Amino acid sequence: MPPLKLAAAHISHSYGDLAVLDDVSFEVSAGEIVAIVGPSGCGKSTLLRILGGLEKPDAGAALLSGEPPAGTLNPLTFIFQDFALLPWTTVAGNVEFVLRGKGLTPCETGIIVADVLARLNLTDFAAAFPKQLSGGMKQRVGIARALAVRPAVLLMDEPLSALDAQTRALLMDDLKGVMASAAFAGLYVTHNLEEAVLLARRVVVLSRRPGRIRAIFDIAAPLARRKTGDAELVGLQTRIWDMMRDDAAAADREIADA
Amino acid sequence: MLDATRRGEIRTVPFRGGGFVVRRRRGMGWVVLVVVLAIWQAASSTGLVSPIFLPSPFEIGRALYALSVSGQIFIHLAASLKRLLAGFAIGATAGIVVGFSFGLVSLARACGMPVVAALFPIPKIALLPLFILWFGIGETPKIATIAFGSFFPMTIATMGGVDAVDRTLIRMAQSFGVSTRDIVFRVVWPAALPAILSGLRIASSIAIVLIVAAEMIGANEGLGAFVLMAGNLMQSDQLLAGVVVLSMLGLCIAALIGFAERKLLAWR
Repeated sequence: MPPLKLAAAHISHSYGDLAVLDDVSFEVSAGEIVAIVGPSGCGKSTLLRILGGLEKPDAGAALLSGEPPAGTLNPLTFIFQDFALLPWTTVAGNVEFVLRGKGLTPCETGIIVADVLARLNLTDFAAAFPKQLSGGMKQRVGIARALAVRPAVLLMDEPLSALDAQTRALLMDDLKGVMASAAFAGLYVTHNLEEAVLLARRVVVLSRRPGRIRAIFDIAAPLARRKTGDAELVGLQTRIWDMMRDDAAAADREIADA
Repeated sequence: MLDATRRGEIRTVPFRGGGFVVRRRRGMGWVVLVVVLAIWQAASSTGLVSPIFLPSPFEIGRALYALSVSGQIFIHLAASLKRLLAGFAIGATAGIVVGFSFGLVSLARACGMPVVAALFPIPKIALLPLFILWFGIGETPKIATIAFGSFFPMTIATMGGVDAVDRTLIRMAQSFGVSTRDIVFRVVWPAALPAILSGLRIASSIAIVLIVAAEMIGANEGLGAFVLMAGNLMQSDQLLAGVVVLSMLGLCIAALIGFAERKLLAWR
């Protein structure tokens, strides 16, 4: 069986009269991360929700081909910008919650929870409630929860945007570690170009609303060797920014329709 | 020259903040209560107010003690409590179920909400005579009135609570393939619980009003009947003793709900 591949095929979408996506096509396969960047309001998050099956596109489709790896509990798995943790249960409870109804014995569930918490250094926080955690820790729980279901495609919707710059740098290392060691595909929506060039195998640049693909950049350098401030990456970041700048300025001046 | 030296002086920046903060002042409530009771007692003792119109706190206390010793007050309290619990349990449970269905099922809301909106403003006590016609003069019409009265606030509060559930949590659960059943009981229910508990507060106070009114209209036992009887006999000390018991009852229910809030909503 070929490995799983997730493709956006001519996806267009609008909210009422407001067109947000226009004929977007690209694909992501196992072992690579595709970053989607674009000015605010260009439909990046909508695109991700469509690809994850949380929204229906007006035209086009999200297509899956191949088979997810054996043992996958939830092939398309999200990491959310605002963490989306259940506030009334503990860190361990939040991870257990997504393992419900997956046909696991309590023992298996316990093993998975302990394992993913250990991978993100959360073991000591297993009994803590979300409100007791810092933003960075909350997102680590979000990542642990996503890993618990052994995803085939990880859909990350601005996962670091709600964090301060220092926490972001720390979590970026965690994410790189997770992605470098895993065989799954990653889709990474962000407005932060630095994050995009640090993580992605390919960067999909969307235009301002309605989002169309302006360019796709390939980055061959392996994840482990990429460093913040690397001349090549900074150069690429500048090129992408030059391309986006006018769009971003125009998007900034747009008045939101009520 | 003078200005120049002034400008050179070192001064502390004047403090301009402070205030507009509610601070806890423990014990003040009790002090006020004692002062009010003391003034009341003084007014009664000096003959300023007639004991028929307003008996002194001491006399009310004595009446309450006598009623407890004879056990009379407990008979009335038990009768009221029984009706209150039965009616409130039925009304609140039904309200939570209906509120949930209104919150989760658009069709249920579209069909049911106009009915609820039409019936909500009716003073429920006005329906007691109708319930007496339907169910006869027993416990049932009183229980039905209380159930009816607590049903509507519970429905509205629960629906509001379900509406306010963070949709990103629901989408999160869906994105992990969690079953609808688990979403309802493990996401929507705990998220709506704060609203449901505050609905219980409102519904319980409405239920107490209704039980007193219902017992005044037609009952031999119960705190409402007792208070009415005492009034008819101009036994104002007994009347107010009954009122004190009602106030205690309300406080106890509020404390119980407060306890449930602290236990169940500790995560907030």
